[in-house]
Amino acid sequence: MESVTPPSERFTRTHQVARRERAQTVAKWVFGAMSLAMVLPLVAIIVYLLYKAWPSLGWEFLADIPRKGMREGGIWSAFVGTLYLVGLSLAISAPIGVLAAIYLNEYARESWLNRLINMAVINLAGVPSIVHALFGLGAFVYGARFGFSILSASLTLAIMTLPVIIASTREALSAVPRAFRDACANVGATRWQTIRAVVLPNSISGILTGIILQVSRAAGETAPVMFTGAVFFKAVSRGDLFPYRLGDQCMALSMHLYTVSTQVPNVKESIPYATAVVLLGSVLLVNASAIVLRIWLRGRKKW
Amino acid sequence: MRENGRNAIVTRGLSLWYGSFQALIDVSIEVKEGQITSLIGPSGCGKTTLLRCFNRVNERYDYVRTSGGIEILGKNIYDSDVSLVELRKAVGMVFQRPNPLPVSVYENVVFGLRIHSKRRELKRSELDTAVEKALTEVGLWKDLKDRLDARATSLQLEQQQKLCIARLLPLKPEVILMDEPCSALDVEGTRAIEEQMFELKGRYTIVIVTHNMSQARRASDESIFMLMGRVVEHAKTEDLFLNPRNPKTLEYIEGRYG
Ligand SMILES: Nc1ncnc2c1ncn2[C@@H]1O[C@H](COP(=O)(O)OP(=O)(O)O)[C@@H](O)[C@H]1O
Ligand SMILES: [Mg+2]
Repeated sequence: MESVTPPSERFTRTHQVARRERAQTVAKWVFGAMSLAMVLPLVAIIVYLLYKAWPSLGWEFLADIPRKGMREGGIWSAFVGTLYLVGLSLAISAPIGVLAAIYLNEYARESWLNRLINMAVINLAGVPSIVHALFGLGAFVYGARFGFSILSASLTLAIMTLPVIIASTREALSAVPRAFRDACANVGATRWQTIRAVVLPNSISGILTGIILQVSRAAGETAPVMFTGAVFFKAVSRGDLFPYRLGDQCMALSMHLYTVSTQVPNVKESIPYATAVVLLGSVLLVNASAIVLRIWLRGRKKW
Repeated sequence: MRENGRNAIVTRGLSLWYGSFQALIDVSIEVKEGQITSLIGPSGCGKTTLLRCFNRVNERYDYVRTSGGIEILGKNIYDSDVSLVELRKAVGMVFQRPNPLPVSVYENVVFGLRIHSKRRELKRSELDTAVEKALTEVGLWKDLKDRLDARATSLQLEQQQKLCIARLLPLKPEVILMDEPCSALDVEGTRAIEEQMFELKGRYTIVIVTHNMSQARRASDESIFMLMGRVVEHAKTEDLFLNPRNPKTLEYIEGRYG
């Protein structure tokens, strides 16, 4: 026989419920602590870098070229070199990647070829950069006879970023609701009209974010450019915006960081750190602008 | 008025397979021009599939195979000279969930015109007229004439659904297909859409899929009852509901399944 619960004891905690609630509180704190533990090293890195780099930091460091065998001066040559490499590589991979993704997502029918391309894209995105470096060396430097040059290095970086751009663009495209495409097809719009009028305007923020995030990747990679077109030192004049041509070799920030940290004796201690700050700062700046762009475009998004 | 006893849609031995699953089996029907015809039947019997055959949207899945023939206004829509673009202009579709495009009310209505004309051929005044005409026809003009710039996705569902009908009108469709157009709406919205259908009747041939028996009775001139991919009975709505010839029809309209 079950006894009738008196009204005052209804809905009160039983032992089991109390135990579950305790477990839930513990879980919350543990997970919270983990996410803090993730942020702390990042903050520590930034603070440590800034502290070490402080004596060298300043506009002068950015605008001046390396002097006295890179033991003094700035990093202008490397900074511009990285701009060249990143700009050119994305100018190649972004249009190809976006167009390929549009084809794969909007036009291609389900077939073994499509599945094969998909698998290739996913797997290529996971290939280590040193392998891309070797491929670039064989394919562009020697194979296509572009030599050690900005062109070879940019092409290598482009090959490296392409699969990721395809994947992120496809993701952005497939986030556009099916219903919009139906609505268009239903008034007799062709696929291309549908893409232009509805699909692209509603996925552009995702597409751009995906591309911009590859900027940081292209800027940070060392091996691919070291194998194909970046050099230790190249004489350019201070503040020159166009010091390199396509067939030239160039300096690059990631490579320069490697050089001044390990290859040159008696470098002023703050120089490698300041180089790292510039590299990290540029990357963070680009990522932040991606976020701002995304928020802005989302605000204008139409659904 | 188009009510002249001619057929708007004729299917002959139409069968359709999704992969190896046959969703339509030897469907032969005739839908009269200018009338409202309702498609009824339990869930999964192939109503949507049949409807989507009429403007050939099923073909967007590459595992779909069809056989048999469909004539719309006397023309076999599987003829090789049929352009899907022109077909879909003439045969518009309203979906279960309202699907306005994520742009303004105004742009939704003129979307079809923009798609089908060169940019400089479209005068603003013509577009304005088209918008007013289409919105008036679906009874939205009074409510929305001051909110033409409002985002269509921010309207009430019922208004969105009416807008989806209005969006078809500037293209001067011959046939309007509606797939459970009221299933996302409340009683009021359903009533409004039904009244809308009566308004449009005569000028357009309307085929409506519905789950709702009383809606079929209220709204349609003829009814087609389907079961497991086959047409079981096709008759004037009052006959089908009052004196069904097939015992399965009777079972269904009495609510014994589905
Ligand atoms: N895209 C599709 N792929 C595979 N099978 C489908 C697809 N659409 C519908 N079907 C199947 O075809 C049958 C008829 O579906 P449908 O026409 O949507 O029925 P109804 O609209 O009458 O509920 C169902 O059994 C359904 O599972
Ligand atoms: Mg259905």
